[in-house]
Amino acid sequence: MRLRRVTPGGVFLTVFTLATGVVWSFPLYWAVNTALMRDTETVARPPHWFPQPPILDAFRFVLANTRIVRWYANSVLTSVVVTLAVILFTMMCAYPLSQLRFRGRRLLLLVFLAGFMIPQTTNLVPLFMFLNKLGMVNGYLGIILPQIVAPIAVITVVIYKQFFDQVPRELREAARLDGASETQILFRIFLPLNWGVTWAMAIVVFIWTWNNFFWPFIIVSSTPMMTIPVGITQVESWYGIAYSRLMASAMLAALPTAVVYILFHRRVAQGVAMTAGIK
Amino acid sequence: MPGATDKRPRGARAAREKVVPGTGRAILFLLAPFSFFFLVFLIYPTLNVVYLSFTNSDIAGVGKLIGAANYLKLFRDRYFWDSLWHTFYFVILTVVPMTALGLVFALLLFRLRKRTKSIAQILIFLPYILPVSVVYRIWQWMLDTNYGIVNHLLNLNVDWFHDVTWAMPAVAFVTIWWGVGFNVLLFVAGLEAIPREYYEAATLDGMKGPLDSFRYITWPLLWPVTSVVLILQLILQLQILTQPYLMTQGGPFNKTRVALQYMYVQAFQQNHGGYGATIAVAVFVVILLASALQLKVIRLGGEP
Repeated sequence: MRLRRVTPGGVFLTVFTLATGVVWSFPLYWAVNTALMRDTETVARPPHWFPQPPILDAFRFVLANTRIVRWYANSVLTSVVVTLAVILFTMMCAYPLSQLRFRGRRLLLLVFLAGFMIPQTTNLVPLFMFLNKLGMVNGYLGIILPQIVAPIAVITVVIYKQFFDQVPRELREAARLDGASETQILFRIFLPLNWGVTWAMAIVVFIWTWNNFFWPFIIVSSTPMMTIPVGITQVESWYGIAYSRLMASAMLAALPTAVVYILFHRRVAQGVAMTAGIK
Repeated sequence: MPGATDKRPRGARAAREKVVPGTGRAILFLLAPFSFFFLVFLIYPTLNVVYLSFTNSDIAGVGKLIGAANYLKLFRDRYFWDSLWHTFYFVILTVVPMTALGLVFALLLFRLRKRTKSIAQILIFLPYILPVSVVYRIWQWMLDTNYGIVNHLLNLNVDWFHDVTWAMPAVAFVTIWWGVGFNVLLFVAGLEAIPREYYEAATLDGMKGPLDSFRYITWPLLWPVTSVVLILQLILQLQILTQPYLMTQGGPFNKTRVALQYMYVQAFQQNHGGYGATIAVAVFVVILLASALQLKVIRLGGEP
């Protein structure tokens, strides 16, 4: 139980903190503001702090004249597949590392921990060559497969292992006596007990994959195959600089992850803290 | 099949062992999917990048071994050393400032109550969940030379991303804006883990004011988190590539072309896959050395 006194200093600090937050996210407001303007209004002096009146022309233009709907579909497809694969495979992988005894268990865990330290950016050249040889350049598999072992995925194995370590041993032993297989124990006991961490990591992996820029940028060579973060960098070269359209396409690209974050901000906070080994 | 294989009597042995022996087949089945991808898409490329660095491959992977020629070339390549220096310059401009700012924000947030705290935290963290290309678009507009709000408010006319002096600081600033939320989140988690009784006990022992409690309790107890943040940021920012690629295209006069961007130029634009791999290996080694060094420094700093 904490008692708080309301002091002028405390009120000032609270107001100051909220003001800092508002200033920090002001560029986002400014982008939305611009996206709702006519091009002529975006360059008005003095600048308009609110669109007068707000119009959706820029959004309509972007939706009608770019491949943004297709980029959306590409992003949804690749991010969902990567997220499902990462959660399923890392969970499966963590279970024996936590619960079963076999030769090389510790070594394998160390290898995964070391794998977390390998930056994928320095692997861009060999990865591209490899997928090129497999004929996966400019295809969904090319976008998806390497992201299944992104650092965020590798660390998820370690996170799951830590959570599985805390499951009471009696539960597993009782299930074994009832004749359940290890796979059944994983999905019927360990998964239900760890829905919290599963949701947190799924959301974080989804956001990470949705936002990933350089890999899809390298592996995709045609406009229709682009994911949305890559696609929106193309809007400019087609139609020249028109900030209301650029902001409209940028806001559309950011919308899904922003909504997911605002809805699940506690889970995201938990997931992000876990990837850094804190909490 | 499920569960039928394990017919051994349970008893003293099973109870003694912390980890119950599982069937080999189940272990293989569970480990295989992730391990397969891990081997094929992480370990193999990591080994292959070293091999490629000794070849004159093009980006399709066609070429032959040429010994250490790439490394000799790298050593004499002024553009490489320039780009490596630009990476370091970016690291200097971001890692410590972003960590310090994250701590300040976290200290401000930490004392708020539930709802206010959630709102303030969302406002500061929101940029972190944006794709880098959206961040680039927003700041391209904010920092536009003629119509940008920043130049308007400061009454300036600077082309921030293409100014010889300001390009890199501008990229660094935008990166801090984008990424500081991550640090804030870790620091808030760290602050919440410090037991409140410590502060109360210290107040009874005669410690005065918030500065004292920060110096004698918060800072030392938060140090494990601070060191994690510093290491993660160092490793991350040494991999700087996308922000200058999008915001400045490496210009003006290659002043913001960073090491991995030079790798991209060599490998993907000039079709020198082997030489690109050599640059990648060099950056990888730099990352390993820097994080080892930082671990050492942090250990020293951590001694009470």
